[in-house]
Amino acid sequence: MLGAAIRKELLLQWRTRGQMMAVFVFGAASLLLFSFAIGPNALALRTFSGGFLWLALLLSSTLTLSESFHAEMENRAMEGLLLLPSDPRALYYAKAIANWLQLTLLGVALVPVMVVLYDAGTTRLLTLLLIIVLGAAGLSAPGTLYAAMTAQLKAKQTLLPLLLFPLIVPALLASVKATSLVILGDAMGEAKSWLILLGAFDLIYWSMCGLLYGRVVEE
Amino acid sequence: MNEVTIDVERMARRYGTRWALADVTFHVPPATVMMVAGRNGAGKSTLFRVLSTAIRPDRGSVRIGGFDAVRQREDVRRIVALLSHQNYLYEALTAKENLQVVADHLGAGRERVMPLLETVGLAARADDVISTFSAGMRKRLSFARVLLQDPRIVLLDEPYGALDPPGFDLVDQVIADLKRGGATILMATHQWERGAQMSDVALVLDQGRVVWQGPAAEALQYEPRATGGAR
Repeated sequence: MLGAAIRKELLLQWRTRGQMMAVFVFGAASLLLFSFAIGPNALALRTFSGGFLWLALLLSSTLTLSESFHAEMENRAMEGLLLLPSDPRALYYAKAIANWLQLTLLGVALVPVMVVLYDAGTTRLLTLLLIIVLGAAGLSAPGTLYAAMTAQLKAKQTLLPLLLFPLIVPALLASVKATSLVILGDAMGEAKSWLILLGAFDLIYWSMCGLLYGRVVEE
Repeated sequence: MNEVTIDVERMARRYGTRWALADVTFHVPPATVMMVAGRNGAGKSTLFRVLSTAIRPDRGSVRIGGFDAVRQREDVRRIVALLSHQNYLYEALTAKENLQVVADHLGAGRERVMPLLETVGLAARADDVISTFSAGMRKRLSFARVLLQDPRIVLLDEPYGALDPPGFDLVDQVIADLKRGGATILMATHQWERGAQMSDVALVLDQGRVVWQGPAAEALQYEPRATGGAR
């Protein structure tokens, strides 16, 4: 069941891949605007680059998450799957995994933009990739749940960030701290602690949201 | 295996403060075709959504194939298929992919997809995305989706809607085949004459209440008066 649901999600993402390019451009434009806010101060740009990368990813994620339910609501396709019957948890995890993948790719694609704009290069690319993978998981799990909750509402574009942002503050904080340490240097080896914290948040979010999803989408 | 009966007892459902269905009671024996008739807003679609477990009743009891429609939703969903006003299709996918998604979720073989597309006359458009389809073609694809589920109870909400005359014949053929296979069928339609010909019994809803039920052939004499919710 989960395999079938993941196949469907990936197929839908492939068919709407133009949307992903638009989200990347939005994220890159956000990074550019943040750099304007700081001005020509190379040290400040580099210092805050980790935070700006995650803010750009966070803002872009609301578009990705919201869009992931557009196809489900168009002809009540998700209701159709639930009536087959399908396990709501399988549908949730498939959607969350697809969103996770998309946000990870987006995060990876935004790194070169950040390096160019903020002069924030690092040689610890694998650690940075791990942070992006874990951070994207932290955005995707609650984001998918809240996107499902708000998908049928008229004010979904406003409500999704309103509900999501407070919830993911711990994951965001851990991601920003770990990314900054990777870019600016980590003499005390603190990044590992932040990564463990991020992993713990991911574990909680992915477990809880999977359990709650059925109640959110079923009347 | 439970008999594929439908038993509805004093069932009611409301949207906000308006009762869309009130005090609805009826029984459908196995392998029976029942026409559900009534004017716009009479409660036909709400009734079908309750029977398919898409929504819960607020009062009363609904048993489908012996299963409780609230507490045993999973069991009900295994034997029921709904042809809804909403076609449950993904616009970005092709006709074939839409059916493959359903087949994958059901654990049914994908090899059934193309024969079903041929049955509903869409084999030539199998690889076209459905956003290019007309309303009638979407209805045909929805029929294929229903048939893919091998349902024992079939709920057809406006099956003739948006179809051309050959499409009408297709619906009649599908209903006849399903009935021969032992399925119990409920059909909501405004095509009273056609529906009555295909049905064994009929039930007429008016303002959310059952106002008449009996042999389908006699349903043509009944004329519901008003629209709107139950009082």
